[in-house]
Amino acid sequence: MGGHLNINHLMFLGQGALWTIGLSVIALIGGGIVGFVIALARISPLKSVRIASAVYVQLIQGTPLLVILFLGYFGLAAIGLKVSPLAAAGASLTLYVAAYLGEIWRGCIQSVPKPQWEAAEGLALSRTQRMMKVILPQAIRIATPPTVGFMVQIVKNTSLASVVGFVELMRSGQIVNNSLFEPFAIYAIIAVIYFAMCYPLSLFSQRLERRMGRGRSNLAPA
Amino acid sequence: MSLQLDFPAVLERWTSFLAGAVLTLELAAFATVLGALLGTLAAVGRGTHNALISGPCKVYVETIRNTPLLVQIFLVYFGLASLGLKFSAFAVAVAALTINVGAYTAEIMRAGFEAIPRGQIEAAEGLALSRLQIYWHIILLPAIEKVYPALTSQFVLLMLASSVCSQISAEELTAVANYIQSDTYRAFETYIIVAVLYVILSLVMRAGFWGLGLVLFPRRRRLGTPL
Repeated sequence: MGGHLNINHLMFLGQGALWTIGLSVIALIGGGIVGFVIALARISPLKSVRIASAVYVQLIQGTPLLVILFLGYFGLAAIGLKVSPLAAAGASLTLYVAAYLGEIWRGCIQSVPKPQWEAAEGLALSRTQRMMKVILPQAIRIATPPTVGFMVQIVKNTSLASVVGFVELMRSGQIVNNSLFEPFAIYAIIAVIYFAMCYPLSLFSQRLERRMGRGRSNLAPA
Repeated sequence: MSLQLDFPAVLERWTSFLAGAVLTLELAAFATVLGALLGTLAAVGRGTHNALISGPCKVYVETIRNTPLLVQIFLVYFGLASLGLKFSAFAVAVAALTINVGAYTAEIMRAGFEAIPRGQIEAAEGLALSRLQIYWHIILLPAIEKVYPALTSQFVLLMLASSVCSQISAEELTAVANYIQSDTYRAFETYIIVAVLYVILSLVMRAGFWGLGLVLFPRRRRLGTPL
């Protein structure tokens, strides 16, 4: 116990911050892939697929991420499936992010103007062609600002992985605090590091939103 | 290894689960009411032309929205302790959640204020309404009506996020679950039950807000606009 905050502690926090970024990237890619499938399933022509994906979204969005993490780490361990903290955190965040990104992206796909869908159908494009060549390229443009905005949520939510013992920024802060016991100073530093990671993303998302608004007004009929 | 689930062993603690769910709702209710007040004040403050007021409001909103709730809870918990103030974990949890949801409410309310047509305010001025009357009838109430769906889903998210308060051992549903699973060694069953309870709580809250919306906004009900 005792001692002062020194360069080694800060290096340790820096390492934790790198893991926060790593876990965020895992969650974004994993959640993005599953979320894309969810978004397509939500507007599927098959009613059973639509209902199943809607139930998935409702269940995940009605459960706290913390409980999903506990279920993935302690829950699976208790029934005999031992998983590492990284695997549990990565999988839980993937399931969680997928439900939210899936809903965001479904909204973006559906907000592509109706005449575009009809024109594509009128040109005798198949369902896949219509999606790949007409709707998705436009939906991606609409989806970029909210997706960047949601990345802020992902970075912040990785802090919960600390409770299953994954050493990211929050957990490394707790470890440093265990040896120094200066909680307020250490958590303030942690908050500053999170802010430094999230605020640029927030600003970028806002700028994208404004830029898109401009593009839209250009497209509007005079 | 065989997979054996034993839900009855955990379900016999149903009174504890129920008490935890009630505590979570209580926590969420306190934070929602206080956070709505704080957030509305911050949104009004951010809209003023006085930089001494709008500046700090902006810093508050951006700081909270760009840092994790878990860090905020620890900062409030240890911050109050280092000032020599002793509060119950529940009070600290309410304070931290209020500060957190206040920032999100402020952003939503700001969007609501910006959606009020300028002409409405000018018309009210033309009718010689006082500043306070204009703020209440022309700006605040219509703004709340516009952003009501966004506000209520933020409050449901707050209820779910309150699970994080188990980390400072505030008494609520997740804390109860942690205790039961360490007592029964049935982590999987415990957290499944808790997940189901949270889903039910969020459905109950959403239904409650929908009903409240029908009572609060009769005009909207007459027009048949979905809430």
